Amino acid sequence: MTTVDLGDRFGGDGVQWGAILKDAGMAALVALVLSLLLFGVRLSDGGGGGLQFRPWWVVIAVASVFAGRAAVALWIGTRKPASAAALPWFDRALARLSQHKRLLFAGFFLAVAILPLLPVADRRMVDLATLVMIYVMLGWGLNIVVGLAGLLDLGYVAFYAVGAYSYTLLAIHFDLSFWACLPLAGAIAALFGVLLGFPVLRLRGDYLAIVTLGFGEMVRIILINWSDLTGGSEGITGIAVPTFFGLRFTPTPAAGETAFHQFFAIPFAGIHKLIFLYYIILVLALLTHLFSERMRGLPLGRAWEALREDEIASRSLGLNPVLVKLSAFGIGAMFAGFAGSFFATRQGFINPSSFTFIESAIILAIVVLGGMGSQVGVICAAMVLILLPELARDFAEFRMLLFGGAMVAIMVWRPRGLLAHRVPSVRLGPEPPGARRGGPP
Amino acid sequence: MEYFLQQLINGLTLGAVYGLIAIGYTMVYGIIGMINFAHGEIYMIGSFIALICFTILGLTGVASVPLAILVVLVVTVLFTAAYGWAVERLAYRPLRGSFRLAPLISAIGMAIFLQNYVQLLQGARVKAMAPMVTGGFVVTEKAGFQVTLSYMQITIMALTVVLMAGFSLVISRTALGRAQRACEQDQKMAALSGIDVDRTVSLTFLLGAGLAAVAGVMTTLHYGVIDFYIGFLVGLKAFTAAVLGGIGSLPGAMLGGILIGLVEAFWAAYFAAEYKDVAAFSILVLVLIFRPTGLMGRPEVEKV
Repeated sequence: MTTVDLGDRFGGDGVQWGAILKDAGMAALVALVLSLLLFGVRLSDGGGGGLQFRPWWVVIAVASVFAGRAAVALWIGTRKPASAAALPWFDRALARLSQHKRLLFAGFFLAVAILPLLPVADRRMVDLATLVMIYVMLGWGLNIVVGLAGLLDLGYVAFYAVGAYSYTLLAIHFDLSFWACLPLAGAIAALFGVLLGFPVLRLRGDYLAIVTLGFGEMVRIILINWSDLTGGSEGITGIAVPTFFGLRFTPTPAAGETAFHQFFAIPFAGIHKLIFLYYIILVLALLTHLFSERMRGLPLGRAWEALREDEIASRSLGLNPVLVKLSAFGIGAMFAGFAGSFFATRQGFINPSSFTFIESAIILAIVVLGGMGSQVGVICAAMVLILLPELARDFAEFRMLLFGGAMVAIMVWRPRGLLAHRVPSVRLGPEPPGARRGGPP
Repeated sequence: MEYFLQQLINGLTLGAVYGLIAIGYTMVYGIIGMINFAHGEIYMIGSFIALICFTILGLTGVASVPLAILVVLVVTVLFTAAYGWAVERLAYRPLRGSFRLAPLISAIGMAIFLQNYVQLLQGARVKAMAPMVTGGFVVTEKAGFQVTLSYMQITIMALTVVLMAGFSLVISRTALGRAQRACEQDQKMAALSGIDVDRTVSLTFLLGAGLAAVAGVMTTLHYGVIDFYIGFLVGLKAFTAAVLGGIGSLPGAMLGGILIGLVEAFWAAYFAAEYKDVAAFSILVLVLIFRPTGLMGRPEVEKV
C-alpha cells in the first residue's frame, strides 16, 4: 500500500525533486528524533552514571535514512506504481516452478539423501544439514497447527522441550534405548498438547497466541526451577547416542560388544555417527511431511482446513470444533516431541536455555515466511533462516536484528509468505484452465 | 498482618505500572484489533531513554529532584512516543486490511528487532541508577517489622491515578476520543463521516507509547536496574492484565494491572517466588476459560 502511495506522489510526469527531498527530509527528521538519545549517548555498564557521547553515530544514522528514503522514492517514482508492490515476476517464476513440482521434489530429496555420502561432506556440513533438518521437521509439525488448522501457536517450543526432557529422563532413569523412547516421548508431548489445548482452544486466534506463549514460558520456568527432576538451569548431560541396530558408534567398544566400524570392517571415523544422526532426522522429517500431506486428503485434515477458513460455517455443518482443533494441536505437539527427542540425543545434553521464546519465534517465522501451509516454503525458509546466520558468523551480533527486521520486511512485502502460491487440497469439479497461474489466493 | 499490608503496598505499586502499560495494549487492540507485541519493547526503550536523561541531568547538576523528574518525564514521553509512532508507520500500517496473522507476526518481528537494536546500541550488560527519591512514611510498626510506604511508591500511584483520570476525560470528552471510539466501532463508517482513520490510529499509538514511557520512567526510578530484555516479560504480563480486565476497556486494563500486580506480590511473598510468573499466566488462562471477555469487557457478538 505504501509503495503505491509513493508511486502516486513521486511518479506522474518526470521526477519531482521537490517532493522527494521534502519526503526524505521528513524521514531524516524522524530518524533524528529516534536516534538522538539511543545512538548519541551510550550508558556505561552497571551503575555509576557514566556516559559516552557519540554524535557521529547520530549524523550517520540521519544521513543514511535521508539517502535511503530519497533513493527508494526515486526508484519507485520512475516505475509504474503497481509493479513495485505486486512483483509479478516473482509470482510468474513461482507458477512456472510449481508446474514441475513432483520433479523438483524428487530432485531435492535425492540431493538431500546422498548429501552426506558426497566427498565434499565434512563434519561441519553434515552437522549444519542436520540442524536445518530439525527446523524443517519442526516447521512441518507447526505447519499442521498453524498452516492447516489455522491455530496460532506461539509456544510450540514447549512441546519440543517436553519431548527432549521426556526422552532424556526415560533414557536415563529407565535405561531405555532411543528407539523405545522416541514414540514414548512423542506420546507424552501429544498428551501435553491435548491437556494444554483443551482449556484454551475455545479462544479466538489472538488470545490463543498469547496463552500458548504463556504456556511456553511456564514450561521453561518450571524446567529451570524443578531442579530435582530436570537439573535446573544446568540441565542434564550424558545422553546416549542411538545405536544402529544395536551397534554403537564408539572407537573403544566394551568387552564382548561389536562397534559399528568393526561390524562393517571399516576404520573408525567420528563422522559415521553424524551421518547416522542425519539420516534419522531425515526419515523423521519425511515422516512428518508424508503424514501432513496424507492428512490433507483425509476427513480430519479437511476438517482442519474447513475450520481454518470459516469456523461458524463448519460448526453449522456438524463439525465439533474443539475435537478437530485438539487433534491438530496434539498431532503437532507429537511431532515436536519427536524432534525434541532427536535434539536431545544429538546434543548429548539439554538445558532450558535451548527452549526460549525465540525458538518458538524462529519456528513460526519458518512457517509463516515460507507461506502458511506450504511444505516447500518451510524448506526454503528453514534454509534461509538457519543457514544464513550460521554462515555469516562475522555478523553474529547483528543476527537477531536482521532476523527481526526480515520478519517485518517480508510481512510488509508479501503478507502471505514467500511461497504463497497454493493449490487447494480439494477441488469441486475439474480444474479450471489457467488456475495454476496467477497470484496468491 | 503487617507483612500482608507491606505486600499489598508493593503489589499496588507494581500493578500501577502494569496498568499503565496495559492501557497501550487495550487501546491498540480496541481500535485496530491487533496485539501490539512490540509494546513491551516500547516500555523498555522508555526505560533506557529515561535512564539516559537522568544521567545527563545528573552531569549538569540539577539540584531539585521534582524538577528533574518532571523534565525527564516530558522528554522521555516525547522521544518514546516517536518510537511508538514509527513502529506503527513502518510495521503495521502497510499491513492494515491484510490477513489476520500478518500484523501479529510483523509485531513479533518488530519486538525482536527493537530488543536487539537496544542491545547493540547500549550493550547487553545491566544498567543501574542510584535511587533519587529515598525515604517514606512508616505506616505501622509492630514487633520490629515496619510497613513503609515510600515517597516513590506514592509518586507512582498518584501519577497513575492522575493519568487514568486524564485519559478517561480524553476518551469521553475530546474530539480525539470520539474519533477513537468511532474507529473502534467501524473504521469505514468513521472514514465516511470525515474522520482521518490513519491519523487517529497514529495518535493512539503515540498515546499508548507515552503511557509506556511513563511506566518506564517510574520503574527506572523505583527499581533502578534495567537491561534490554525487561520488555518481554513485563509486556507479556501487561497484556495479561489487559485481557484480564477485558480488552478494549480502559478501567479494565487498570483493574487487571492491579490484580496481576497483587497476585505476583502475594504469590512471591507467601508461596514460591520463582513461580510468580507462572501464577500470573495461570490467572490469565483461568480468566479466559471462565470469562473470555475479561472482567469488564463487553461480550463479543459473532457475526456471520
